[in-house]
Amino acid sequence: MAEAHNTIAGEHQGSLLGYSIGFVLSAILTAIPFALVINGTAPREATLLGIFAAAVVQILVHLHYFLHLDRSSAQRWNLMTLLFTLMVMTIFIGGSLWIMLDLHSRMMG
Amino acid sequence: MTPQVQAIDAALLAAHEHHDARDAQAFGFWLYILSDLILFSSLFATFAVQMRSFAGGPTGKDLFDLRYVAVETLLLLLSSASYGLAMLAVQQGRSARVMRWLGVTFLLGLGFILMEVHEFYGLVLAGHGPDRSGFISAYFTLVGTHGTHVTFGLIWMAAMLFQVGFKGLSKPVAGRLLRLSVFWHFLDIVWIGVFSVVYLLGVM
Repeated sequence: MAEAHNTIAGEHQGSLLGYSIGFVLSAILTAIPFALVINGTAPREATLLGIFAAAVVQILVHLHYFLHLDRSSAQRWNLMTLLFTLMVMTIFIGGSLWIMLDLHSRMMG
Repeated sequence: MTPQVQAIDAALLAAHEHHDARDAQAFGFWLYILSDLILFSSLFATFAVQMRSFAGGPTGKDLFDLRYVAVETLLLLLSSASYGLAMLAVQQGRSARVMRWLGVTFLLGLGFILMEVHEFYGLVLAGHGPDRSGFISAYFTLVGTHGTHVTFGLIWMAAMLFQVGFKGLSKPVAGRLLRLSVFWHFLDIVWIGVFSVVYLLGVM
């Protein structure tokens, strides 16, 4: 089982069923937000929530079914570094938006 | 220690080191992917700040055709799935099948890029190039950076087609195929952010 450790993404875990499930779930999670926006009948807040929820769930689906990321010990450092990166991204994007929107409201408001 | 035991120890040690090297390569590539994610974060943050800076020019509603973007998204998703099938063939050691699925993945990725280039070309031709407004600058930078990544992925994939053809599925080749798979799936994940934030929010 030397191969079992040799993965970023755990190639040994891939299966036809896994990729099929990942593809179908992703297709559905793409169709929902596109349909919401193209129809344009749902309230604005519901549409926004639908877009973000579908995106987050689809990213998790890709990480699980395509990149085979899980909580096994072989993957611990892959997961820890990903979580750290997500923290940096949150501070980065959230902080930029906070500062710039605040600036905008002070200058225009 | 008998010479025989020493030889076995040396072989085990060599195997272990070799294994460590491949682990390190895989983990190192994963760290590169994460740093690339931070690059994309900066572009997403820029776009989010600029997304209402139209400077009297066209908005997302005027520029984007969601049906066109849905087809692009489908191409990229199909290419992610077909790369998965290539990786299954790598596990089974069937190089002809690996090449077939890599070829399918390459064509799907190429279709995506051609659609994107066509979209950019149409925008520039209509006078909506990157110099039109902050919104369009940020749009071209974010979507263009993703497209550049996909283009490099295609070059890498073409190289791997030749390597599988000439060298077969040797350990180094299989390692490169695995790292390319992570790169390719990562680009599909970034695209989820792009179509949600740029196109869907842009048209709303």
